[in-house]
This record gives sequence, structure tokens and C-alpha cells, in this order.
Amino acid sequence: MTEIARVHGVGDANGERAKSLQTIYVYEAPVRIWHWANAALILVLCVTGYFIGTPLPSVPGEASASFQMGYIRFAHFAAGQTLIVFFLLRLYWAFVGNKFSRQIFYLPISKRIWWWGILYELKWYMFLVKDPKKYVGHNPLAHVAMFSFMLFLVFMMASGMALYSEGQGIDSWQYKIFGFMFSIFPNAQSLHTWHHLGMWAITIFAIVHVYAAVREDILSRQSMISSIVSGERLFRDDIDDFPR
Amino acid sequence: MGAGTETFYDVIRRQGITRRSFHKFCSLTATSLGLGPLAATNIANALETKPRVPVIWMHGLECTCCSESFIRSAHPLVKDAVLSMISLDYDDTIMAAAGHQAEAILEETRAKYKGQYILAVEGNPPLNEDGMYCIDGGKPFVEKLKLMADDAMAVIAWGACASWGCVQAAKPNPTQAVPIDKVITNKPIIKVPGCPPIAEVMTGVVTFVTTFGKLPELDRQGRPKMFYSQRIHDKCYRRPHFDAGQFVEEWDDDAARKGYCLYKMGCKGPTTYNACSTVRWNGGVSFPIQSGHGCIGCSEDGFWDQGGFYDRLTTIKQFGVEANADKIGQTAAVVVGGAIVAHAGVTVVRNMARRSKENSTDNSRSNGKSAG
Ligand code: HEM
Ligand code: HEM
Ligand code: SF4
Ligand code: SF4
Repeated sequence: MTEIARVHGVGDANGERAKSLQTIYVYEAPVRIWHWANAALILVLCVTGYFIGTPLPSVPGEASASFQMGYIRFAHFAAGQTLIVFFLLRLYWAFVGNKFSRQIFYLPISKRIWWWGILYELKWYMFLVKDPKKYVGHNPLAHVAMFSFMLFLVFMMASGMALYSEGQGIDSWQYKIFGFMFSIFPNAQSLHTWHHLGMWAITIFAIVHVYAAVREDILSRQSMISSIVSGERLFRDDIDDFPR
Repeated sequence: MGAGTETFYDVIRRQGITRRSFHKFCSLTATSLGLGPLAATNIANALETKPRVPVIWMHGLECTCCSESFIRSAHPLVKDAVLSMISLDYDDTIMAAAGHQAEAILEETRAKYKGQYILAVEGNPPLNEDGMYCIDGGKPFVEKLKLMADDAMAVIAWGACASWGCVQAAKPNPTQAVPIDKVITNKPIIKVPGCPPIAEVMTGVVTFVTTFGKLPELDRQGRPKMFYSQRIHDKCYRRPHFDAGQFVEEWDDDAARKGYCLYKMGCKGPTTYNACSTVRWNGGVSFPIQSGHGCIGCSEDGFWDQGGFYDRLTTIKQFGVEANADKIGQTAAVVVGGAIVAHAGVTVVRNMARRSKENSTDNSRSNGKSAG
């Protein structure tokens, strides 16, 4: 199969040949910028959010000389609202970007091959198949995880803004838009609790996500981490997964 | 309303209250309602000319703390004034009439003042066993309540019971007690929650409705905005300690003596809409936080079912375990983390086995991989 004519690149002095591998541009710059901004902001939100729930030991001295809780909350609110701005830009990009920029906003539940893919990917994680399939965008299982993450993110933004609107007052635009959360959670205490649980849900997503990204990067048939850095997906073999 | 009905002013003058005190009351009320200086004149004018509004005050499942609070309004005049202002026609707890005589008043008011009286409800109706858990004058309370509400102008829901259900509706709620807006659906309802509500808030609401003949502006949950639009936390005098990061850690620590913020002791001020931190209690003497105890959120929906009064992160019962968000989250994270370590371990072992078994095949094409 490897006639000289098909080989790309140059052979070296030892007669080694470069392999013929495909790359494809998947994650456009706005997607990548959003990914890393989102990850950084979530880190800030988790740390500050945790300390809002369980504040640090008391600061000594006069109250007027310190604003510790105030700064922690400020950082949380600033990061939260920046996160929302990035989310809106990402949402906009889903309309104007390439088709992979839309992937995390919907699930192709009508496609049988997609369901089959979830099962196959599950088998891969259960060590039942030798190697995973190749995908240009997210694999179907990752697709489900990303989509669920987005649901949690939307919940965090809506609940966060609702809690924020309480401080801004019930005549604020924030309350007008997000006050509906208090029809669902009439007692703000339970909204605090669910917002707090949401943090743990997202933390668990991040743990699994980073593990899966590193593992797939090493074991799968395609690049992962370099893809979300450079946008290019490299396939490490050119075996046809679905021969026609 | 029929001619010859007395005005509020007639009544208090007969009771020996001076015109000067009357005007003082009007400006005091205007201030407590957060209205401008002109409102005092409007209130005075209304009270001098308009006939008194009849009020029916019914009691369902309750503890009477709302009545107790109401009759302790700060300014002695306020209490007198309000009691005379609203021609309280029926209140089975404090009225003189009893038995059939009392029941007759209900019928009479309903017929004579159809669509004009105010129905004030303290407590709530239980629905289980057709309402048999609260019998009032031989009938289930829920039936009487619906009947009286049908011909009322508006309904006031006193306290956490009528507004949200309170302790008798707390889980598991054996009598199926429900807030009154679950059974009265055809009338505007003003919710004045609290356990009990602050006296000045109660009299303020009554004064507003009777003098202006309309409901005050209500928020999303049906509470008058003038008293319930801010949280205890927003106007708490310990707030500077909160922002500074100075908290009471134990009930008897130095921070408690210094009056630091009670957030870590489970204060529900940050999630409770009420006027305690501005109006305060017992004639403005103090309020729970000023006395060193956190707010327990008594004016909030379902405050009995929100976990401990003394926990910042309250317990979540939905998961069948008694744990707070952090405990649940940390446990889940540790379990998932452990699973990942195990998965990574198996992955490494499997790969080593696979590598030693496979001798390089068509490396240029498959890179050691297969399609399945
Ligand atoms: C060191 C940290 C991280 C690494 C190495 C990493 C790596 C990656 C990789 C490799 C992908 C592409 C997956 C694919 O090609 O199918 C990706 C996508 C994604 N990651 Fe991360 N990630 C990190 C942190 C996070 C965090 C903290 C979050 C959020 C909690 C997050 C959320 C996402 C989302 C939503 C996508 C989908 C992007 C899109 O399609 O628009 N990542 N990440
Ligand atoms: C992934 C994103 C987020 C995480 C992980 C997160 C985490 C947290 C946590 C753990 C708390 C403490 C809850 C408690 O126990 O009372 C909190 C509170 C809060 N968060 Fe977030 N949050 C996120 C997003 C947001 C956003 C987008 C906003 C909107 C501005 C926001 C606004 C707030 C507010 C207003 C509070 C209450 C602060 C207070 O009561 O002093 N959060 N957050
Ligand atoms: S004592 Fe309660 S209401 Fe007051 S600042 Fe602290 S948390 Fe807020
Ligand atoms: S401080 Fe809180 S618990 Fe106390 S009366 Fe006011 S609202 Fe109720």
C-alpha cells in the first residue's frame, strides 16, 4: 500500500518515509478562545464560589479596614458576568462558525449512527473494543457530555444572575430578566443550594473531561489537546472506519 | 356602603383622641409606608370622609401569633386607630359575640357589604379528609373560607401560614394544609408573610388598603413591595462585618461579643425578604440579629423545610441522605476521582499487554491502530 508515489514529505538518509496522515481544521479561533476563557473563568468561579459558601476565618481589626468577603464576591460576580459575555459570543459563533461550532448546542437524536457511536464509545471505555472510531468533531459520547455541560452552564448563569439580581434590587433589569428563577425556587435559600450543587456537577465534568482529553490524546486515533490549542485535528492512521 | 356609616375620624374623636394626634398618626403612617409628605394630607382626608371599611378576620390552622403581633403595634395610637379604622366586624378570637350571634355577623357582612369588605385570613385550611382537620362553627374551615372570599373586595393573607403554609404544611404535612391562594383563586391576595409579621407592617398594609381603597403594589410572590422588596441582609447593621469577612464562629466566641456577622451561624438574612432590619420589632427596640441570633427566614416560603436554622449550607433531603451541597459534591468528586484512577490503571495494564503481544504490522498505515 505504501508506494513511493503516495508518500508525502521527504525520506531521510535511513530511507524512512513520512506517513500519510490527514489533518482537518475543526475548532476555529473563537471556539478555542471561548474554551480557554471559559475554563479559566470557571476555575475562578469555583474557588470564589466555594469561599462564598464557606468563608475564610475571620479577619481581625476594624470592619472598615477590610473588604475581604466583598472582594471575593466581587471577583465571583465579575467572573460570572464575563462568563456570560463569552457564552453569548460563543452562541453567536454557533450561527456563523463552521458546523463543528454548533455541535455542543444540540444532540442529533434522530441519527441512528450517532446512537450506535455512543454505544461503541462506551464499549471503548469499558475495554471491550480494541480502538475507538475517528471523529472530526466530538465523538458521540463526548458530544453528550458537552451538551449536558452546556445545560449546567446555562443553569449556573441563570441561577447566578437571579441571585445577583437580589442584590441589585427587585426593580433592576437583572431581576426583570432572571426573576423567573424565583417562581421555580420561591425560597432563595434553595436556589443557593442548587447553584452550589451546580458547582460540584461542573467540577466533576471538568475532572472527567481532562482525564478523557489526556487519555484520548495518548490512546485514540486522533489528536485532542493540540486540537483545542491549534484548532487542527490530526488523524494518526488512514484506515477507513466506515468503508463505502 | 350605606349612608350613616361612621368615618374613622368620627370614631376616634368620639374616643377622645385629639385632632393633633390624628394628624400625627397620618404623617407617621405616610412615613412608614414610604410615601411623600403630601400623602399625610391624603390619608387624613380619606379618613375624615370615607366610611370605614369592614374587615372580617378569619382563623384557620394557626397559633394566633399574627393577632398577638398586630395588637402590639408600636405606637399605642396606631393600634387603637387601626382597630377603629377598620371596623373589625368579625374576629372570632377577640370579638365579644360568640356562637350563633358570631356566625350571623358573617352572613350579615357578606350580604350588606358584598364586594366591599376585606377578608383577612390568619392560618390556613387543611384539605385532607375533606377539611375535617379544622372545623370552625361546625363546618370545615376551607368551605367557610371560600364562601367569605367569594364576596370580598380583597384578601389579606396574614403570616407564613396563610401565605406559604408554615409549620402545619411542613413535610410530611399529614393534614394537607395549604396556603390560602391554593383555595382562593378568584380574588386578589396580599401576602404579608412572617412568623409573625411585624406589627407595623400589618397595620401599614391595612391602613393603605382602607385609606386608598386599593391594593399596594405587590411583588412577584404577592407581597407588598413597600415592606418586602429588600432582604434582611441588604439593610442589616452587621453587614460591614460580612463584607469585611468578620464572622461569628461559635455562639460564645469573641466575635459574637463584638457583634460580627452571623452568616456562618446559619443566618438566613441573605435569603429573607422582610422589614426586620429597618422597622425592627417591639416598637423598634431590636430584632433577632441585633439580639445576637441569626435570622431563621420566617417570612420565606417553606422555611421549615430548608434544613437547619444554624447551618450556612443547609441539608438537602431530596437525595435521601442528610447532607449539604459540599458534602454531596465532595463525595461525588472523590468517587469519580477514584473511578478515574482505577480506569487509568486498567488502561495502562491493558496497553502494556497489547504492546508486548503486537509486533509492528503495517505501521505506515495503521500506526498500530485498528478500526475496531
Ligand atoms: C486543562 C484543562 C483542559 C483541557 C486539557 C481540555 C481539553 C479539551 C479538549 C482536548 C477538547 C476537545 C475535545 C474534542 O476534540 O472532542 C475540549 C473541548 C471542550 N472543553 Fe475542555 N479542556 C480543559 C478544561 C476544560 C474545562 C475546565 C471546561 C469546563 C468546565 C472545558 C469544557 C470544554 C467544552 C465545553 C468543550 C467543547 C468545545 C466546543 O466544541 O466548543 N474544558 N477540551
Ligand atoms: C460555573 C459557574 C459558577 C460556579 C461554579 C458558581 C459557584 C458558586 C457557589 C459555590 C456559590 C455559593 C453558593 C452558596 O452556598 O450560597 C455561588 C454564589 C453566587 N454566585 Fe455563583 N457560580 C457560578 C456562576 C455564577 C454566575 C454566572 C453568576 C452571575 C453573576 C453567579 C453569581 C453568584 C451569586 C450572586 C452568588 C451569591 C453570592 C452571595 O450570596 O453573596 N455565579 N456561586
Ligand atoms: S448577620 Fe445575617 S443578615 Fe446580617 S450581614 Fe450577616 S448574614 Fe447578613
Ligand atoms: S429576622 Fe428573619 S426570622 Fe427573625 S423575624 Fe425577621 S424575617 Fe423572621
